[in-house]
Amino acid sequence: MNLLPFFEWCETTALGEMVRSSLWLFPVIEAFHLVGFAVLGGVVLLMDLRLLGLVMRTQPAAQVERDARPWLLGSLSVMVVSGVLLFLSEAVKCYYSFPFRVKIVSLFLAVIFTWTLHRKVASRDDRSIGPIRGRVVGLVSLVLWGLVAWGGRWIGFSG
Amino acid sequence: MSLLGFCEWLDSTRWSTAIHESLWGYPLIEATHVWTLALFVGFAALLDLRLLGVALRGVPVSEVARRLLPWTRAGFVIMVATGVLLFYAIPVRSYQNVFFRLKIILLVLAGLNAFLFHAGIFKRVAAWDAQIPPPPRARFAGAASLVLWATIIFAGRMIAYNWFDCDRQPQPAWVNWAAGCVLEEPGG
Repeated sequence: MNLLPFFEWCETTALGEMVRSSLWLFPVIEAFHLVGFAVLGGVVLLMDLRLLGLVMRTQPAAQVERDARPWLLGSLSVMVVSGVLLFLSEAVKCYYSFPFRVKIVSLFLAVIFTWTLHRKVASRDDRSIGPIRGRVVGLVSLVLWGLVAWGGRWIGFSG
Repeated sequence: MSLLGFCEWLDSTRWSTAIHESLWGYPLIEATHVWTLALFVGFAALLDLRLLGVALRGVPVSEVARRLLPWTRAGFVIMVATGVLLFYAIPVRSYQNVFFRLKIILLVLAGLNAFLFHAGIFKRVAAWDAQIPPPPRARFAGAASLVLWATIIFAGRMIAYNWFDCDRQPQPAWVNWAAGCVLEEPGG
């Protein structure tokens, strides 16, 4: 299936045209994307470093997870909305970008992982998680979100 | 030596050019600077949100601070180290960039806010450790920190854009003043 026509269509949408033709919109949306990244990254680090047993050890992983989850959802929403706007303005460039492909695939996997296995393991009480299981889940999550961050930064460096 | 003279000297050093022109060095330093936002601003924001009483409400403030601040400090060191290198690679243009100057002012304000918080209401944290909402002064420190760091990220991102650069004239007089542009005499 050839997706190029879809990406070309994305650029012709009113939103895509609007962002592309403005001098200020792209940088400002980018800045919102970065602020969202700081919060989302902080929340992911907090949850995963807790699962790895490196931070907030005196608090149950389940409580850290529960407290952090609304902020995970909130910051991810900011990132997705701003990210879609950035994407619409330069969809064809993204189509040919290897980092963009890595980013979208790992984002898809990271979101599924975070809302299924990660959530299931982290919401148990500490003793039933087991030391190895929690660590593996924390590490997989960090790698997946790390790939998203790598791809995001590298889209800008290519072309 | 003036600050501008100092920046021009930095610009003339071999390593400045080496970083600026490197294929991988500069992008890697810049990427590290951006990624560390998650550790540094992310963890600082979590503490700020706790000070506002809206996140990690079940954990005492002193506990959140004790557990997160070592990571925040490590993040800060990486931020400063990579930030200094980024400046060193492009010193004159950065020095004469309005967003860079704004960022430095905001950084000083953020430092001041953190200092006042730690020297003030945080000293008596035992009295309000688990209180929801925390006292107004703690909430103010948290809110000010969130606003300042978000604005610092904004200013930082805008440094990359050359709208107000000194080599793009004519600019409004206030831009040239704010950027410290050295202009040739008219007709000269």
